[in-house]
Amino acid sequence: MDNLEAKLFRKLETEEKNDEFIAVESQTFLQAAMKNFLHNKRALAGAIILVIVILLAIFGPMISPYSYETMDTTLKNASPSSAHWFGTDKFGRDIFVRILYGARISLMVGLVAAIINLVIGTVYGGISGYIGGKTDMLMMRIVDIIYSVPAMLYIVLIMLIFGASVTSVMIGISISSWIDMARIVRQEVRSLKEQEFAMAAFVIGASGKRILFKHLLVNTVGQIIVTVTLMVPQAIFTEAWLSFLGVGISAPLASWGTLAQDARALIEIFPMQTAYPMLAICITIFAFNFVGEGLGTALDPKAKR
Amino acid sequence: MVKYLIKRIGIGLLTLFVLVAITFTMTKLMPGSPLQSKNITGEILEKMEEKYGLNKPVLEQFFIYCKNLLHGDLGTSYKKVGTEVTDIILSRIQPTLRLGIVTFLLTLVVGVSAGIAMAKTKSNFVRGLWLSGLTLGVSVPNFIVALLLLIIFGVQLRLFPILGLDTPMHYVLPAIAQGLYPISAVARLTQTSYEDVMRQDYVTMARAKGLSSTAITFRHILKNALLPVITYMGPMVAFLLTGSVVIENLYTIPGIGKEFVNAISNHDYTLVMGITIFIGSIIIICNMISDLVCSFVDPRIKNTL
Repeated sequence: MDNLEAKLFRKLETEEKNDEFIAVESQTFLQAAMKNFLHNKRALAGAIILVIVILLAIFGPMISPYSYETMDTTLKNASPSSAHWFGTDKFGRDIFVRILYGARISLMVGLVAAIINLVIGTVYGGISGYIGGKTDMLMMRIVDIIYSVPAMLYIVLIMLIFGASVTSVMIGISISSWIDMARIVRQEVRSLKEQEFAMAAFVIGASGKRILFKHLLVNTVGQIIVTVTLMVPQAIFTEAWLSFLGVGISAPLASWGTLAQDARALIEIFPMQTAYPMLAICITIFAFNFVGEGLGTALDPKAKR
Repeated sequence: MVKYLIKRIGIGLLTLFVLVAITFTMTKLMPGSPLQSKNITGEILEKMEEKYGLNKPVLEQFFIYCKNLLHGDLGTSYKKVGTEVTDIILSRIQPTLRLGIVTFLLTLVVGVSAGIAMAKTKSNFVRGLWLSGLTLGVSVPNFIVALLLLIIFGVQLRLFPILGLDTPMHYVLPAIAQGLYPISAVARLTQTSYEDVMRQDYVTMARAKGLSSTAITFRHILKNALLPVITYMGPMVAFLLTGSVVIENLYTIPGIGKEFVNAISNHDYTLVMGITIFIGSIIIICNMISDLVCSFVDPRIKNTL
């Protein structure tokens, strides 16, 4: 101990002293994802548009002086004015208000279909991936078979039985669209269950159910959210073209597809009447796609930040 | 190889069977009986039921139904009295087939060449533009594209005829409207796989050998890069067939798709079932063929099933 002399020591510069200091504020996963999402201009624009569309759909009809079936026979096919923002249709109904009501139906179809997909797809895919082996093989073959019949045919068959209503459109859309979700979740669970934390949970004695729901599925949440976001526009689109063909939701209730269908007869004289609902569909679908894309990069921990 | 073949064909047949079973169950679940509305009672009703086999147990009816299907007999139309469903389908298949083939070829030629062109571009600006174009092509619903083309080029500018399929000019708008989505998808597939293959050692080797760039492109790169496109052909046929429902209605083409929508609106159940089984089978068979062709071209695939 004697040979510890003062000359062996050197005073550190301030800069060197702070070498170990972590300059970046520590962030949780969600904070980082949020930040990434907010920096993504396309995704942010999409999210803002979506919020506006949803708010309009909820509150617009409450404030508006017109209802979706109020007819003003003196004002048929009117051009846009301060009283009727998008003009009126062939029965003198306000097109803007009808589009707002259409937004309610279209968004509802999209959301309900997405929720059904979320529940069925996650549970099915999770179980299939977790159990593995023969069960997995069988479950995936069933999925392959359901998947190889086009969705349109299911919807048409469902509508023949239960009649053309919002409910049967939603059931029809949900029958085959959960499969993408199931496949994605299965893939994720299959790779996650081989990792150490799953093994640790198993060694501690956690039940299979607990491992699957509390450990594995929680880790696939990012993927699940992205898939759900992308499923909503898919459902909206399917409903729109069914209604557009006149086999979906029928009058006086009107989704965007029905509105476009209604105005189609007059397309040569009043092309804008068809254009408004179609624009609404396009904008919403784009917005959802942008948000989904943004969430995809934000929630993927491996993606470049 | 033989094992894979048998497995794949087995799954295809099973899918077909499930499709038939589903449609049959649907007919049985449908409210009302086909003979109900015709003011027939008592003995005559029994005779009629006997004639159509409706008094037999459901399972036996299903077997008879399957047997008839194997003979190409889809039953008689409810609404067009005395007409065989098979005859209706055969009389309507031609326009759908013609338009389908044109769109299919258009998609392959334009999609593949655009994909290659893009894989070879080095300018970032062009790439960005290209990617936005693809996103647009994939996310704008086909009926909106069809309607826009119809309004702009058919109604406003009167450049193309919009009714029927009589002259080559009639094909332009519907083929573009129907092809936009698959073209974007094929182009994207070609681009990514082309870029992958370009980086392979055997391409470098070919270049080092001093082969001309055309020889490299066609003999070495394309042969390998087109595999995903072949796999996509099955789903593409499915897309074109279901898409024809929209396109044929908009452009008034007397094909299968138009007949399908008419049958749905007329509640002509047997016709709807017949077309459902017809479209479903074609799609299942096409998926099977594209899988088999792929396994033939790339022997590695057979291990995945």
